[in-house]
Amino acid sequence: MPPLLKLILIRVGLGVLTLFLVSIVVFAATQALPGDTARAILGKEAANKVRYEALREELGLNEPVAQQYVGWLGGVVTGDLGNSLVQDKAVTELLSRRVANTAVLVLIAALLSIPISLLLGSLTALRRDTKFDVSVSIGSLSLAALPEFVIGIVLIMLFATQVFKWLPAVSRVDPGVPIYQQLELFVLPAITLTLAVAPYITRILRASTIEVLESEYVMMARLKGLPERLVLNRHAVPNALAPALQVTALNLAWLAGGVVVVEYLFNFPGIGSALVDAVANRDMPMVQAICLIIAAVYVLANLTADILTILVSPRLRTGLR
Amino acid sequence: MNDEIIVSDSELVEPAVVHADRRRSEWLMTIREAWRMGRTKIGVGIFAFIVLLAIVGPWIAPYSPTEFVAPPFSPADIPKMWLGSDYIGHDVLTRVLYGGRTVILLSLAATVIGLGLGVTLGLITGYARRWIDESVMRILDVVLAFPQIVLTLLFVSIVGPKLWLIVLMVGISHAPRIARVARAATLEVAQRDFVHAAEAFGVARTKILFNEIMPSITSPLLVEFGLRLTYSIGLIAALSFLGFGMQPPAADWGLMINENRIGIVIQPWPVFVPVLLIGILTIGTNLIADGLGRALIGIERDTGVG
Repeated sequence: MPPLLKLILIRVGLGVLTLFLVSIVVFAATQALPGDTARAILGKEAANKVRYEALREELGLNEPVAQQYVGWLGGVVTGDLGNSLVQDKAVTELLSRRVANTAVLVLIAALLSIPISLLLGSLTALRRDTKFDVSVSIGSLSLAALPEFVIGIVLIMLFATQVFKWLPAVSRVDPGVPIYQQLELFVLPAITLTLAVAPYITRILRASTIEVLESEYVMMARLKGLPERLVLNRHAVPNALAPALQVTALNLAWLAGGVVVVEYLFNFPGIGSALVDAVANRDMPMVQAICLIIAAVYVLANLTADILTILVSPRLRTGLR
Repeated sequence: MNDEIIVSDSELVEPAVVHADRRRSEWLMTIREAWRMGRTKIGVGIFAFIVLLAIVGPWIAPYSPTEFVAPPFSPADIPKMWLGSDYIGHDVLTRVLYGGRTVILLSLAATVIGLGLGVTLGLITGYARRWIDESVMRILDVVLAFPQIVLTLLFVSIVGPKLWLIVLMVGISHAPRIARVARAATLEVAQRDFVHAAEAFGVARTKILFNEIMPSITSPLLVEFGLRLTYSIGLIAALSFLGFGMQPPAADWGLMINENRIGIVIQPWPVFVPVLLIGILTIGTNLIADGLGRALIGIERDTGVG
């Protein structure tokens, strides 16, 4: 087997292993619940022994834990995530619309934050210790420290309630109207996410670009007398691609968690606000489904970035030959 | 490239002698170096100001935090109530003065838990290597697959919104991130002569870990502490903001934002002031972390030990 393929297969294997372990953690969550799902569904009616036992049987709670897990995992793989305990509907039915909303929100935030951080990160690295670098560095250092809800509330006060009244403070996306006709509802949440994630990514990218610029192969290329443009295009950029990919994955992974607080803040109907509601109501099938989706996005984003890194980074490619 | 050209004088000194002496004071050196930077001083100033406010606040507060002193959402212009009243008529200034302690204490506790766990795991995996390293890192990957707030919420949904749980889970979610840093530092230190010497003398492994290696990795851990404290403050405040942290009638900055945000149009102060204080607190701790980080990089560059 070619070594490059082997490297990729190992990485895929590790990703699958992580997803498998994640599913066990999420499944184990319901097992640890004081009282069981049947009791949670029936509430006070659980005192009725006959109904309680019947429901336990129906839910398969009398089977061994391992068998329950296999059944649950089979459901997950085929798209059956069980029923919500609060609303008597399938979790997939309740979540499909919200997954779409969150996906659009994350996509907008990613499209804004990835170019911004790539640009600022590489520019500050190239113009190190200039005024531009120092001011971006102080700005990103401060913004990177701020929790999402702090940024979001300041934006609400600036653009929705106190200073200017340009944008809605809450984002009640109407399911009956196409998303592109209510894009103004996505503006503030998307900018909040962008301002929260871009500085963090910019800082990482600046550091990794500097590392590339100070590396021996770039120094070597300079000493050979290559013009600076060639040095950058042929030697620095290909090696900086790998960190850029990693950064994109980090960005997506970060956004997957960032949506929780931001969606709650703006009353945005996505999976983040659904998670907060489900946790408050202890709607375990919902909690399981959302945690699983978020973790899967994270693992898959990292996996994709790692594979692309293996493919594009000259050091890894040639080191194997 | 020929290595001899870039070898600095400090590297020519017998390493074992230098390390045994220097590693005890390495973290002190990092702090001293960091203190010379303006950003660190500003960060420490901000942090000290907020901590002082949280400590002294309850002593100088004009009212009791649970006392009803005015109609709900009274504006800030009534006498003796500079920031007006909140959603059920408490004095906002009083609750601001009371509300910092919980944020700071819970965040510190979560950070200490995360650091303790993370450093232990990092030392063990970095020193033991092989299958212990591999299997522990895989388990940590699973923890890393959940964003910190999601992992915490998953366990809140099982156990309920308990304070100890939130502190513990925020700490646990920090652990793998800290462990990676501690592991990388341990891997490098474990190769140094004084560790080999201790091994040759048959010193017990736990002693080598905590007495020999640990003192040499304190500087990166110092940076981690600042960084994780910043994130802890954000997470703990966010959890209270989501309604899973401090519960009413407690006075807590995160909770105040949640309770009062419906009235933000008519009475912004009970939202804005806690937001502002949490914001500058995190900026302060992050400035400290950044100053320490830069100091560490500077020292490593000067001494040629990376």
